[in-house]
Amino acid sequence: MSDVPPDEPVVAPEPVIQEPTPEEIEATRRLAVEANDREVADQLRRMSRRGFLTLGAGAIAAVGAWKWLGSRDREGGIAWPLRKTLHLDEAVALSYFSTSRLNPTFPASMITRPARINGGEGLDQHADLASWRLDFAGHALTLDDIKAFPKRTMITEFRCIEGWSTIVQWGGTRLSDVMAKLPAPPSARYLSMSTPGNGYYVSLDMPSAMHPQTLLAYEMNGAPLTWEHGAPLRLAIPVKYGVKNIKRIGQIAYTPFRPPDFWGERGYDDYAGH
Amino acid sequence: MKRLEKKHPLAIRWFHWINFPLLAAMIWSGTLIYWANAVYRVGVGKHTFWMMNLPPHAWDKLHVSYRLAEGMAYHFFFMWLFAINGALYVAYTIFSGEWRELVPNRRSFIAAIQVTLHDLHLRREAPPQGKYNGAQQIAYTAIVLMGVGSLLTGIAIYKPTQFAWLTSLFGGYPMARFFHFWLTVGYVVFFVIHIAQVVRTGWNNFRAMVIGSEVVEGANE
Repeated sequence: MSDVPPDEPVVAPEPVIQEPTPEEIEATRRLAVEANDREVADQLRRMSRRGFLTLGAGAIAAVGAWKWLGSRDREGGIAWPLRKTLHLDEAVALSYFSTSRLNPTFPASMITRPARINGGEGLDQHADLASWRLDFAGHALTLDDIKAFPKRTMITEFRCIEGWSTIVQWGGTRLSDVMAKLPAPPSARYLSMSTPGNGYYVSLDMPSAMHPQTLLAYEMNGAPLTWEHGAPLRLAIPVKYGVKNIKRIGQIAYTPFRPPDFWGERGYDDYAGH
Repeated sequence: MKRLEKKHPLAIRWFHWINFPLLAAMIWSGTLIYWANAVYRVGVGKHTFWMMNLPPHAWDKLHVSYRLAEGMAYHFFFMWLFAINGALYVAYTIFSGEWRELVPNRRSFIAAIQVTLHDLHLRREAPPQGKYNGAQQIAYTAIVLMGVGSLLTGIAIYKPTQFAWLTSLFGGYPMARFFHFWLTVGYVVFFVIHIAQVVRTGWNNFRAMVIGSEVVEGANE
């Protein structure tokens, strides 16, 4: 088929290697750079889509969780998950609570004078101090009965749940001394305290009640309690916020279950312990 | 030639973006608490420049008034998440070795001054830096120490009997509350500067906190 005789060798033409011009080099380089940058841009787009979608989904989830939390049924004035968490916080606090850890005490020169008056809930319902008796787990005690227990005085910090604090001297008897005389039944886990007429009431966990600085106080800053500070007998309990320092105690009862708490029903932590 | 360079590990990005709403929730609920006893001021001696308080109608407008109980409930809810996220972040930076980029060294303080002068257009060149410049190292380490401070002063005012030793370490209950408050003001100042710097530095830098990588000019090394 071929015209060329088979014995004649075919001489391939010498390949001509042309040096690329600088323009060609530049063009090739630019193409490579462009290809690379396109790939980087593609990769960046993929990563951005993924990253910002995740961030957006997270933001939506966070707003959803926030709205969910705020719109739950109220339990004691606040959304139930918040109330459950306060009770969890309480369980954590009680797990390390020790009656041997004391509040610092202060020199008499540091007492806040005049003593700050705050909170009058329940004080207006019982005007006749002469007929006052403390109903302690069913036993009617007079102020002299209380004073018959060893008297303790202490100068401690009174910390209001609002954030302010003052230094107060208290005189009274340890609640734990009275509890030793009129002991709780084995089922008791809390104490319930209320003013005469039940206008104000607090719940108190057993460990805080047993704390040596928890006093049934009849003196404040060296003088008998005044009317507005809760005469004749109030609770001085520096392991708690001021709200638990109930004035003019009328009844104290042991309860197996968490008793009602005035501020605990209004959104506050009903442990309120330090 | 552009290339993508890994900047922020996935874990750090998660910690960062989770911390943002948690800290916001803590500051917001803290404000509800502060309202009940808004006593702090900026002043020298008896002269007050600014009382850290607002007139009642302004508090009302901001929906802060009479929400102490709610504020405490939210505060004692989010404190766990805030503390856990912060602890995990610190643990991660330690175990990943990321702390080496973050913790200031002896050059950071000079560098921080130079960076600040550069940012204020008082110095031409920015000093050489790694992932973070000296000012960033100081700021990002300080904010973690502030977090530790908030945690400790928080415990000191949350349980001042059981942790009486800690409360007295801060100079007593009112002082611990004082520090707890001013640390929060510190976060707000940090936030304002942080946002301003992020805006100034630009989109590439911001995007890196979302996607992890940054676009850099120049060939692979």
